[in-house]
Amino acid sequence: MTLQATAPAPAAVRAETTDSAPRPAAGVAGRVLGALAGALVVLWAVATLTFFLLRLIPGDPVLLILGTSGSPSAAVVAATRAAFGLDQPVLVQYLHFLAGAAHGDFGISYQLKVPVTQVIGEQLLATVQLVILAVVLAWALSLAITVPTAGRRPLVERTARTVEIVLASLPQFWIGIMLLVVLAIGLGWFPVAGGDGLAGLFLPALTLAIPIAGFLSQVMRESFETALKQPFVTSARARGAGEARVRLGHALRHALLPGVTLTGWAVGSLFSGAVVVEVIFARPGIGRVLLSAVLSRDIPVVLGVVVVIAAVYVVVNAIVDILYPIIDPRLASR
Amino acid sequence: MNALLVTPPSNTDTREATAVARPARLRVPALQPGIVLAAAFALLLLAALVAPGLIAPADPYAVDPANAFQPPGPAHLFGTDQSGRDEFSRILWGARQSLWVGVLATAIGVLGGLVLGLVAGLGGKIADAVTSRFIDVLFAFPGLLLALVLIVVLGRGIGPTAVAVGIGSIPGYARILRGQVLQVQQSGYVEASRALGWSPARRLVATVIPNTMRPLLAMVTLGIGQAVVWASALGFLGLGAEPPTAEWGTMLADGRSYIQVAWWIAFFPGLVITLTALSATAIGRHLQTRFEPKGDR
Repeated sequence: MTLQATAPAPAAVRAETTDSAPRPAAGVAGRVLGALAGALVVLWAVATLTFFLLRLIPGDPVLLILGTSGSPSAAVVAATRAAFGLDQPVLVQYLHFLAGAAHGDFGISYQLKVPVTQVIGEQLLATVQLVILAVVLAWALSLAITVPTAGRRPLVERTARTVEIVLASLPQFWIGIMLLVVLAIGLGWFPVAGGDGLAGLFLPALTLAIPIAGFLSQVMRESFETALKQPFVTSARARGAGEARVRLGHALRHALLPGVTLTGWAVGSLFSGAVVVEVIFARPGIGRVLLSAVLSRDIPVVLGVVVVIAAVYVVVNAIVDILYPIIDPRLASR
Repeated sequence: MNALLVTPPSNTDTREATAVARPARLRVPALQPGIVLAAAFALLLLAALVAPGLIAPADPYAVDPANAFQPPGPAHLFGTDQSGRDEFSRILWGARQSLWVGVLATAIGVLGGLVLGLVAGLGGKIADAVTSRFIDVLFAFPGLLLALVLIVVLGRGIGPTAVAVGIGSIPGYARILRGQVLQVQQSGYVEASRALGWSPARRLVATVIPNTMRPLLAMVTLGIGQAVVWASALGFLGLGAEPPTAEWGTMLADGRSYIQVAWWIAFFPGLVITLTALSATAIGRHLQTRFEPKGDR
């Protein structure tokens, strides 16, 4: 991101992005615009690719809408086809879909016969809460693993590295079930299914967080160790700074950058990982919505959820791009 | 690393490069006891793959309602499931399904990734820009999302699972292989082959592709572990093999339903999937440090 444009951002854009860029400096407006434009292009491509991929489903989509039981009359088939716009040429359907999607309208669910936006809207908050808590837990876990152990004696290091590899390899469907068996069924600390508030949210979020924490610690450890060898650490030590002060006050900041990059990626994969976790813990959320749409070939719902998850992914990554020079001012001057 | 790029990869020189990197490797022995355990587990899996009938004590499909929900013990090492089938035998037979899917999916992923990587790395600036954008777009289907969309199109089953997971893993391979192709392109030996007047086709087959594939063994090992996990996730979601089939993910899904009465039905298939992923990671990383001296982990 070398954009140094100083053109003032339109008020609307600035209003939208002030929360993501807390300290607007020169060039931020240009960077924000560039990142947003790139995000929009990727999002359009994802929507287009998914739309045409789902066209490849064999058979008549009208039969998916009407269900396979019974043989509907020709009149019903024709009426349904017209009602869902399936009598139009593919290109018209595509443009119609794009125009709708631009306004947040993804059509009517084949199975539920209600607007897709409503289906997703009802379930999105549950998944967003889950993902946010998962990110927080993943960071807490990986800081707890990395900060005290990076650059220590080989035995400590090797143990910590092994722990990280094991965490990163644990499949979510298994951690989830084991957490349920031990903490919910065995010890009774958490509800086995559903559950309101934090108690119901904690185990699913921890399940999502554990492998992510493994990956996060691996990348953070690497840059933490590099930072610990830098002259500024030596000079901090020479000034009499204690180990905790050196690690938290000086080295940690350098380990954050790759961690932040990885978080951008992780948020996207957490949203799709939510499918598995929501099934294990019998929680509502867009993961469950996606799974039942996949099982019943509910094309508009699949399209809608894919676009929403991809949007989260590109927006979070755009925010990461924008935040880079704020976390690491050296990047701003390049 | 730059010094390594200039050296031609004749056998002696690669050996020298490894030798130079060795002290770094000795300083940080990556899971040395781990690699032995991982190899032992991989051998066990291989045995289950080749001849499950020889190891398995029981028929994986023999229903025996009187013996349902037996906890792990001498009669049934891993217990029995809701239909009284022996879990240990089912897991051994399941290796065939799960590993086959993992191998097939990895083959699809690597081939697709290689095509994209070669087009991007050799096709010039415009091809590179277009392909790289395409890879970026595929990355915006995070995790299982692309595989799930493909399952909608292909339908459920074990074959579609392999194809869906394979295509879903293409972007990851494509990004690595593109970088590898670009790096190989700038290397001294490709320059030398250019100076020798080799045709582009000969250069591609004799120098670019073999050197691009150098990290392949490590990549494929890591990839199979990941693919087994993804395929099991699809099986767990009920999108893979049909229920009676002994497949790890599907068995895990069965176990989820009986978690309050019989923890072992879910525990053991999950444990085996996890150990497969772990040993693939350990072996893959070991190969990486052996064959890619620059990655001094």
